[in-house]
Amino acid sequence: MEQTTDQAEWLQRYRLMYLIRTFEETVARLVRQGEVPGFVHLSMGQEASAVGVMAALGPADVVYSGHRAHGHLLARGADPLAVLAEILGKRDGLGGGRGGSMHLIDPGVGFWGATGVVGGTIPLALGTAWARRESGGIAVVFFGDGASTTGIFHESLNLAALWSLPVLFCCENNGYAEFSARAEQSPVAYASRFAEPYGIATARVDGTELWTVIRQAQAAVQAVREGRPFFLELEVVRLAGHYEGDVQTYRSAEEREQARSRDPVWRARQGLLDSGISEGEVAQVEEEVKRQMRAVEDQALAMQWPEPAAG
Amino acid sequence: MADWTYAEALREGLRDAMAEDPRVIVLGEDVAYGGPFGVTRGLKEAFGSERVRNTPISEAAVVGFATGAALAGYRPVVEVMFMDFLTLTLDMLVNQAAKYRYLAQDRLRVPLVVRTQAGVLQSAGAHHSQSFESWLVHVPGISVLAPSTAGDAYQAIRWALRQPDPVVVMEHKALYGRRTVREPAEDVAAGWAPRATRRRAGQDATVVSYSAMVYTALEAAERLAREGVEVEVWDLVGLSDSVMDLGLVAEAVQRTHRVLVVHEAVRTGGFGAEVAARLQELAFDGLDAPIERLGAKASPVPFSPPLEKAYLPSVEDVCQAVRDLMA
Repeated sequence: MEQTTDQAEWLQRYRLMYLIRTFEETVARLVRQGEVPGFVHLSMGQEASAVGVMAALGPADVVYSGHRAHGHLLARGADPLAVLAEILGKRDGLGGGRGGSMHLIDPGVGFWGATGVVGGTIPLALGTAWARRESGGIAVVFFGDGASTTGIFHESLNLAALWSLPVLFCCENNGYAEFSARAEQSPVAYASRFAEPYGIATARVDGTELWTVIRQAQAAVQAVREGRPFFLELEVVRLAGHYEGDVQTYRSAEEREQARSRDPVWRARQGLLDSGISEGEVAQVEEEVKRQMRAVEDQALAMQWPEPAAG
Repeated sequence: MADWTYAEALREGLRDAMAEDPRVIVLGEDVAYGGPFGVTRGLKEAFGSERVRNTPISEAAVVGFATGAALAGYRPVVEVMFMDFLTLTLDMLVNQAAKYRYLAQDRLRVPLVVRTQAGVLQSAGAHHSQSFESWLVHVPGISVLAPSTAGDAYQAIRWALRQPDPVVVMEHKALYGRRTVREPAEDVAAGWAPRATRRRAGQDATVVSYSAMVYTALEAAERLAREGVEVEVWDLVGLSDSVMDLGLVAEAVQRTHRVLVVHEAVRTGGFGAEVAARLQELAFDGLDAPIERLGAKASPVPFSPPLEKAYLPSVEDVCQAVRDLMA
């Protein structure tokens, strides 16, 4: 019986990961078709990180993200139609078309904002964590390893530690800050090392392995709920360019192949099959998600543009 | 109390707001010790160190923290010790706090107040003297107030803490100790809104200013009166689009036909350009001469007293500009 409950839950998590992947592939195609205004940063390769961390959170928790935020928002439970409509700039998008891909906000699911400025939401999470300390909720902020060389990152770590703020720092380390590899950005090999001298507890985990992420995130969230910050570094892969359309001349074929071998969606799928869930059940979930995304895409494309305000 | 200083008025504004609303908190470097100008003196003793929070020297993270707390329903007041250090907070103010209401379609708001202190005084030098209001008014989503009197300073704090969106209160270090008679109605918070206020009546020319430069304009007006020229002096109080109403000033222009705008900030790209442009839109047919602007020289703020003195518009500079307008 317990096995069945677990399997249902795992299948549900996989559905969410597959939804994020399919969503991002849809966005990538729409970019190529010229349907997406502006800049888009896809999160393919970070699905386990998004779904795994959100699995450890409750409804009172508040999540902030950076510029690569589609997956976080979907994993938090936002309506894919409203998210896609916003990315397309449509009137009935999450923000009425005011924000687009880099400025997604959905207070209804406790997602208080992405940002186009690397590191820009990190201190916001600190203030929100403090303000909601008696609500039982914590604040979580996602950012990339590229944020770890900004001043605001270090100011925030210091303040979070100094004031014992219930904030979870989730650093998704995909090895690249825009076009540049880590070694070109910092002599410090990985971002969570920066948290250590401030006395912030850290964990560095394989962010492409869903069950590992869930376990580590649960432990981290538990520590944060007890009233202190935690720094979780999730080693992920970037299966797409920095932005959609990036030809990635700075990455070798070998390195990209290696990244693909750690594809979190594929790994979660293997995990399901290994646990005894049938190929047919998995394929059915995938087919349902694809059908859902096709409908979402059709609806979003058919939506109206916003009207410029009069005057 | 028959009179009060500008700093005391700010302190009373904070104290009254904190007493009324437990969501009001004060943060900044040394605020629990009163800060270098004593504005927050006594607040920690009255409201405790949870609500009056000394911060590290991390201006950006502190304004970011305050933005995050404001999003969650608090009303933080951040003291940025010198307006020169506001540069360190601009990403938070401009890219985060000012954008939230718009991007979230009003479902999230940032009732954040930033108090900061600008202006030239006693050789504070290139990094402790600047006036950056024109940067802030250029950003939709932030209200900017620059009170010149103790009464307006009190009201500015109270008003700012009633707003649902970010407000920057730009104080002036030369005004903190300025003592003015306390009008009985000055500390009645309700009903006050930042609006252009006439500080002196006159029919020959209109001088528009704000913050400490209002007093230079008033002194110039007295000097000009002895020459037989009566100058009307207006104090804008509110500078941003959200709070500025030049309607009454435009009426004054229709009566006086000549306008000089004076501020401490550097003239080029200064706020005076915006005021001049708007007044000619509102009252072009009333003007007998092009609108004149006076501001600081195009230079970093110098240190040595004679250099510093030459940097700012003086009373005589204002007088001469008005005489030129009348010629």
